Amino acid sequence: MKAKILKQTKLLAAKMRRYIIEEVYSAKSGHPGGSLSCADFIATLYDNHMNVDSKKPKDINRDRFVLSKGHCAPALYAALALKGFFPIEDLKTFRGINSYLQGHPNMNSVPGVDMSTGSLGQGISTAVGMALVGKREEKNYKVYTVLGDGEIEEGQVWEAAMCAAHYQLDNLCAFLDYNGLQIDGNITDVMNPEKVADKFKAFNWNVIECNGNDIVKLNNAISKANQYKGRPTIIIGKTTKGKGVSFMEGKYQWHGSVPNQEQYEQACQELNAVIAELEG
Amino acid sequence: MPETKNKIATREAYGRALVEFGATNDFYVLDADLSKSTMTTYFKNEYPRRHINMGIAEGNMMSVAAGIAAVGKTCFASTFAVFAAARGCEQIRNSICYPNLNVKIGATHAGISVGEDGASHQAIEDIAIMRAIPNMHVVQPCDAVSTRLAVKAALETDGPFYLRLGRLAVDEVYTEENCNFKLGKGIVLKNGFDLTIITSGLMVQESLKVAKSLEKKNISVRVVDMHTIKPIDEELIIQCAKETNRIVTVEESNIYGGLGSAVAEILCKYEPCKIKMIGIEDKFGRSGKPTELLEYYGLSAAKIESQIVDFLNDK
Repeated sequence: MKAKILKQTKLLAAKMRRYIIEEVYSAKSGHPGGSLSCADFIATLYDNHMNVDSKKPKDINRDRFVLSKGHCAPALYAALALKGFFPIEDLKTFRGINSYLQGHPNMNSVPGVDMSTGSLGQGISTAVGMALVGKREEKNYKVYTVLGDGEIEEGQVWEAAMCAAHYQLDNLCAFLDYNGLQIDGNITDVMNPEKVADKFKAFNWNVIECNGNDIVKLNNAISKANQYKGRPTIIIGKTTKGKGVSFMEGKYQWHGSVPNQEQYEQACQELNAVIAELEG
Repeated sequence: MPETKNKIATREAYGRALVEFGATNDFYVLDADLSKSTMTTYFKNEYPRRHINMGIAEGNMMSVAAGIAAVGKTCFASTFAVFAAARGCEQIRNSICYPNLNVKIGATHAGISVGEDGASHQAIEDIAIMRAIPNMHVVQPCDAVSTRLAVKAALETDGPFYLRLGRLAVDEVYTEENCNFKLGKGIVLKNGFDLTIITSGLMVQESLKVAKSLEKKNISVRVVDMHTIKPIDEELIIQCAKETNRIVTVEESNIYGGLGSAVAEILCKYEPCKIKMIGIEDKFGRSGKPTELLEYYGLSAAKIESQIVDFLNDK
């Protein structure tokens, strides 16, 4: 990966983080922890792989993205705004009564959102539906989806996994945001999903494990997934919940909490410093 | 209406309609390992590329159907009514109805007339569930001709549909020529002035028998085939209440939340009148032959008639 592209994608991820905090703080509600942990994957995807055009958000041949962990809408909205799908200033309206930026993604109100999600486990199934049509119609588009590690406790995820492998959906690439935390605590305490990689392998998926907050590794993993033939791929990305904001990192309490003014200012200070460094 | 000996189940007509309309409409059909019962097997034989078996996983099937619709292809998702509306309920709500996608649910084996399989397979609450979800259309045709037209209407109308279909072979009510099927518009099958029976599905045939029998007792009964339960034909319901004063609803589902409730919602708002709801009295089904079950649950023509006579006598 060329240094310039790497820097550009890192900058996108950093800006996304800054806007994630802005959205949640403006709304006084939302999910910062998981949004911050999956930001690097979404940034890498939209910067280097997603074949989409903000001027033609409904193009029939575009790649599709389904945020199966729909509560991390702040990350997706930030990416879409930064990629020109809608005005960046609208991010501050997130979750407001008159806003089109609903608490969880709504495909009919937000340009660039390909599926309405929010109820965990369903997004991956819809991605399977999109990929099935892609195969049967011999289309070249790819379908990407992001799953939470708590989300895979939903049985439907495994129905979808079985179906995707059965129909050899190599045009489907899932990312597992493996930050190890869910609302009530550590995933291993709430409902231990281990061994995740072995489970997906047993379901006949191509499994790639990497650092889910490392843009170079994520970029390589997505490229490999797109070249892989005959099976769907899951990139199991080890991530840090709350990544990029020191006091949020690794704390499940930040799954769905809002920073106070002091915390907001500190988060902005930290993220602005990263942005300034990358822009410098 | 002329009676014919040609008995066809609405699920059978559904399977045939998919094949017919599949020739000129580029839609997909999903099934959950029941294609020989839901009759989507006909479509599979004709258009294998557009038929996809989802295995025994109805929740996944509903969301996959939503994904198919989200990339621009109308999708029929078929399984038994109980597994569609109950097992797949939340997927229908969040993946299909909230985004208002073109998914048409072919829910076969509805009601107690499923027969020997018994309560676990007899959907009695599906109308109530599906009716309560925004954007959903709920349609229950009574015979082969109206089933074909219901499938056509579902294809021609944007948004999600719940097509409630039966297992049992039923008499034809309509001919191709005389079926004036319009989505959201009830059909007056027989005129009458002492009361109106509003019904749908295979209770239409039973209600027509009841009306004929009561006619001999000088009771004039209007029969309305309310094939579209949502959006319901408010205008016709109000008109019938005004003209006949009494309304009887007859349905092969729980009296709570079904067709009777839908009719009552309109009546109490615009034209309060005496109403009697005939249906399953908040009980689960059981095994038995379909005709025995209809008798057991008070839904045979004879049982419906005696309930109506009691109603007319204000018992």
